[in-house]
Amino acid sequence: MSINSTESSPSETREFEFTPDNLTRCLELIGRYPRKQAAMLPVLHVAQEQNGFISQSVEARVAELLDVPAVEVHQVVTFYSLYNRQPTGRHQIRLCMSPSCWLCGADKIKAHLEDRLGVPSGGTTADGRFTWHAVSDCLGACEDAPMLQLDKDYYGPLSAESLDELIEKAD
Amino acid sequence: MPITINISKDFGNEKARSSQWYRENRHGYQAALQAFDSTPDEIIDIVKASNLRGLGGAGFPTGLKWSFVPRDSEKPKYVVINADESEPGTFKDKYIMAWDPHRLIEGTIIAARVIGAHAAYVYIRGEYVRPAEHLQDAIDDAYRHGILGDDVLGKGFKLDMYVHRGAGAYICGEETGLLESLEGKKGWPRLKPPFPAVEGAFRCPTILNNVETIAHVPKILRKGAQWFADLGCERNGGTRLMCLSGEVVKPGVYEMNCGSQMYELIFEHGGGILGGKKMKAVIPGGSSAKVLTAEEADCAMSIEALQQAGSMLGSGGVMAIAEDTCMVKLLQVVTSFYAHESCGQCTPCREGSGWLLTILNRILQGGGRPEDIDTMLSLAANMQGTSICALSEACAWPVESFVAKFRDEFEYFVQHGKSMYAQRQLEAAAV
Repeated sequence: MSINSTESSPSETREFEFTPDNLTRCLELIGRYPRKQAAMLPVLHVAQEQNGFISQSVEARVAELLDVPAVEVHQVVTFYSLYNRQPTGRHQIRLCMSPSCWLCGADKIKAHLEDRLGVPSGGTTADGRFTWHAVSDCLGACEDAPMLQLDKDYYGPLSAESLDELIEKAD
Repeated sequence: MPITINISKDFGNEKARSSQWYRENRHGYQAALQAFDSTPDEIIDIVKASNLRGLGGAGFPTGLKWSFVPRDSEKPKYVVINADESEPGTFKDKYIMAWDPHRLIEGTIIAARVIGAHAAYVYIRGEYVRPAEHLQDAIDDAYRHGILGDDVLGKGFKLDMYVHRGAGAYICGEETGLLESLEGKKGWPRLKPPFPAVEGAFRCPTILNNVETIAHVPKILRKGAQWFADLGCERNGGTRLMCLSGEVVKPGVYEMNCGSQMYELIFEHGGGILGGKKMKAVIPGGSSAKVLTAEEADCAMSIEALQQAGSMLGSGGVMAIAEDTCMVKLLQVVTSFYAHESCGQCTPCREGSGWLLTILNRILQGGGRPEDIDTMLSLAANMQGTSICALSEACAWPVESFVAKFRDEFEYFVQHGKSMYAQRQLEAAAV
């Protein structure tokens, strides 16, 4: 099973395989639905947790596991914004740029973050610590605007100082 | 008027995350037990009489929606909870899932009982990692205590409940986009009819409701339809969680009786506009709702009152805007969102949202053309009623209303290549 794509990652050197524990998790997930394909999003979350990003090889393995053509997996991976298609930094930052955050000064926070990390939105810092994105999707925390998501957690309301502190604390 | 605390009492109370605490202190799972001693029609009648409306955005009467499910169908039935909460300005459902998850589980059991569903899925947006963990903990707790599983509350009814994490796509909050996504596909909305009640999850009869809607159900059953209806106003039963954000002193979730005044939310509970400024405008129901001037926003918060004011209460996301905020830039922020989130299925939405953003970007960069404003209005008009789902309208309505109500700001920007307010701020600084 292969996809003709110019976007496969250069770091991909061998076939992806789930760890035995993760394979067990995937099989449990598949058992939750009347159709195997319905486990697509959850199984891709497990794969990304293990591999850091969804490579072409991951797509092929997920397709095999869910018994669907690889193109179905590729369509899903490219449709949703939370699946990384390239390796990322150790931490991921999503800075909310939605209306409420903008009204509360997200532009300034964005400029500060870009300055601080030294790479534009979408980039990974040279030391491999952070990949960050300024996102237009509201993250659903307007009461704490301006805010960001660092890995699993939300932080806000942000100031330049609290942002610096957050960046310093992350390893 | 004091805020009626109905379902938000336990936000911040860690104990409420346990099923035992919920049972001992909140009459937890009594309504579910009661549901097994009632017929589905009796439950539907109570929910209808309570005037509970869908609180995700569309405001459809919940009992009526449930009555459309063909219970005699031989197909399996499903309950699907919409926890995608992605409309900009909306942030209430995460509180229910994170702080009071058993209320949601109990409501889900009742909905499942009504249609005879044995599986329920909570479709939660992928970014809500922590709320999903809290909900999963509560579901695990419920299984351990015989509240979910093969013998729900000892009533011989089987119900499995699963948390299903999305992966970052606003369109999956649209109910049929959600169903496609739940089935493991990209979230392209389906043509309706058939509606999800008849052909929903896995093409089977489905109850599909927002988190907050379902969380209201247990108390309605326990305390009665009239009690709930009386909390609200005509045709809008109960209380609802209003999300206040934007340029206000105290943003947050405020539970208010349906029909309460918008100004009470913004000025009494929210403390008014930051820096003692005047309020210029309000986006009253999530960013797709048409913007209201401060004068128009002085109205009651019911679905009908907002319609009369020319907008909608939508998802309950109220964003307040200060007098010196540039409406051209704000519209560009709003439009960026819809242009990014258009799923690409229908041409008017995909192309229209992209062109609107292109034009707005041009104006903001100082290159606006005199005809740009009317071109935007023409695009917005052609985006309505021409696509499968309402995202196209959600993108067009802000454009129409911002331009209609603040046209002078757009004309100034096009003419001078800069914001009316950038100039005013410079003048103020010079004085």
